[in-house]
Amino acid sequence: MTTLTEHYREMQRAMHPDKFVNSTERERRIAMQHAAQINKAFQTLKDPLERAHYLLDLNNIKADDNDTSMDPAFLMEQIELRESLDNMRESKDQEALASLSENIEAYKGTAEKQLTDCFTDGSREALIKALSTVRELQFLARLKEEVGNLEDELEFST
Amino acid sequence: MALLQISEPGQATAPHQHRLAAGIDLGTTNSLVATVRSGVAETLPDSEGRRLMPSVVRYLSNESPVVGHEARSSATRDPLNTIASAKRLMGRGVDDIKIVGNHMPYNFTDADSGMPKIRTVAGDISPVEISAEILKVLKERAEASLGGELDGVVITVPAYFDDAQRHATKDAARLAGLNVLRMINEPTAAAVAYGLDKDSEGVHVVYDLGGGTFDISILRLNRGVFEVMSTAGDSALGGDDIDRVIAEWILQEAGVSDKADHTRMRQLMHDACAAKESLTANESAGLTIALSDGTRWTGTLTRETFNSLVDPLIKKTLGPCRRAIRDAGISVDEIKDVVMVGGSTRIPRVRELVGDYFNCEPMVDIDPDKVVAIGAAVQADILVGNKPDSDMLLLDVIPLSLGIETMGGLVEKVIPRNTTIPVTRAQDFTTHKDGQTGMSIHVVQGERELVSDCRSLARFELKGIPPMVAGAARIRVTYQVDADGLLEVSACESTTGVTSSIQVKPSYGLEDNEIERMLRDSIEKANEDVGIRKLREQQVEAERMIEAVNAALTTDGEELLSTTEFENIDNALRALDDARKGTDDNAIKDAIKVVDKVSADFAARRMDATIHTALAGHTLEEIDE
Repeated sequence: MTTLTEHYREMQRAMHPDKFVNSTERERRIAMQHAAQINKAFQTLKDPLERAHYLLDLNNIKADDNDTSMDPAFLMEQIELRESLDNMRESKDQEALASLSENIEAYKGTAEKQLTDCFTDGSREALIKALSTVRELQFLARLKEEVGNLEDELEFST
Repeated sequence: MALLQISEPGQATAPHQHRLAAGIDLGTTNSLVATVRSGVAETLPDSEGRRLMPSVVRYLSNESPVVGHEARSSATRDPLNTIASAKRLMGRGVDDIKIVGNHMPYNFTDADSGMPKIRTVAGDISPVEISAEILKVLKERAEASLGGELDGVVITVPAYFDDAQRHATKDAARLAGLNVLRMINEPTAAAVAYGLDKDSEGVHVVYDLGGGTFDISILRLNRGVFEVMSTAGDSALGGDDIDRVIAEWILQEAGVSDKADHTRMRQLMHDACAAKESLTANESAGLTIALSDGTRWTGTLTRETFNSLVDPLIKKTLGPCRRAIRDAGISVDEIKDVVMVGGSTRIPRVRELVGDYFNCEPMVDIDPDKVVAIGAAVQADILVGNKPDSDMLLLDVIPLSLGIETMGGLVEKVIPRNTTIPVTRAQDFTTHKDGQTGMSIHVVQGERELVSDCRSLARFELKGIPPMVAGAARIRVTYQVDADGLLEVSACESTTGVTSSIQVKPSYGLEDNEIERMLRDSIEKANEDVGIRKLREQQVEAERMIEAVNAALTTDGEELLSTTEFENIDNALRALDDARKGTDDNAIKDAIKVVDKVSADFAARRMDATIHTALAGHTLEEIDE
């Protein structure tokens, strides 16, 4: 990750529109397009979820839009977590919220490790397994955002 | 050697020549201009040695407007024609004004366009024009001080400004005749000012509470690269609000129940501000207020009462702080220090609560009023080309998510907040009716799920979609945010190869023809010849082009171009140089187009070469890591 970040900075140092302020309009526009692409590449590579999406895409493993099947146990768990989130909104229980936030982090860590294993393995089977992990991570990301919003709401409503 | 014997139309290309650049902090309460001289960035004073210029413009019936101190001192005498805090109105729509402008003691016109205007003796004036007056005076100050025309400026805007507010600022600069090298965010500029004289690698927070806006930015500084990790804020919260709560407290204490009139309210706000400033050093401030019945009210505002009045406002800033930390994905203990920016951070209570929140002693080494202008000057000096060896680079983010309206009034986010700019994102949509030939696109900004809760930036219609069954068309909507943080949206239908696209500018802004008209008006007022001004503009543009292309030819021409290509470009440059010396602005315009056309491939090759150099020596595995 350090190497990635360093390369990113190096490339932006060369390509950023700030380096072409005195160039012709055409060059300025091209610089902006390149810089936007470098930003996109960095975003994709640094975020585990985005990176996984990209790697699956490279391996031609795509989520079928109609195939929404997921592990029923995981879905049950998600529904329960969401219910408990609603309860916390009612009860304004900040401590419970903090521990939920920690749980999500822990779960996320496990899922991300699982992803790494799948990609290291690299077999088609492992990659298909990665696809379902990616979906779980998407659920978690959304849940995490909601937890964050509720945290803000509770802390500053008082 | 023949190839290098090109004419030197742009004599100004001598590499060591110092170009004139300035940084401008266009503030709610005060504005400043700064420049780098002999390697030191400093704010520039007016003829009386004053550096801060009040952002106040007084309009007169048959004369040019008065700007700055003189305007401010007539604010109570002539409240309706003396406009302060115009920044709070920048990029706002008529509906917003009902909220933001509610407290503002001006006569707003019922404008038929989206942009609100203020009625004055000099006519109906838009906030953009007011800001342009302020910028013009700062431009004159810099040019008088530097002894020449400015080659370019960097203007700062609050990090939390939305797209419409940024566009409005850019328009004001254009009206003032400034060449804007870049608009940068105020907290980022402050970080630059601090980052220079300190060895300060690591995570820094900039807390910027100004006259009318609040910003918080979290940055990581690494070997000259300032990477903004997140930003948050409130574009309608600042010292003005503090003055108002004090003014309201005075009214309450004095037993005045109804709101005072415009003149009295102005005076009251002025007294409130003086009391606030006095409380920075003193434990209490005495107040004497003239009441409408001719009597006087005398009272004392203690530090303790003051703190209880401002606490709710300061607490309001901590919400965004928290969100910024969360978005940056860091914890409080990773933060190295908190830089205090903006006049309101002089208030001891602000320093105390912010220090507590971030668990560190706030940094106040550089005057909080000047730090933004100084940082802007440093960046302007680099961008204009005076420091070719500088490795400083600012990587900023968009403060608010950009989205598009989908079915049922919901927002689909296209670019999430805190995405590094420049950025381009595309999203595909399809038709929902058979034979549908048009699609309405509504661009919004904000974090909420409902369109009605977000800021509407622009609406436009994509027409000419070939009739197809529902769901067959593929409409790609592309959002592009440039390095100034300005958005451009385009849309095209691509399945049939039929492409129609449109560029939009946010509503609430000025139309291009409105700006043209204002420019014309201001030229007429200044008794300038419109024709001469137009010619001069094209000449400046031609000089810039000649200089840029010549510089490119000198660096890469021989390597990237065949002899014929080189000669073609060189000939076009010569023709442009000839046109530039003439008096026909259209001829110059055409010659510019020719140079652009013949050098298009060259530009593309040069940029490809740049990216290849940057990538050279790195393996794919390395980049994949």
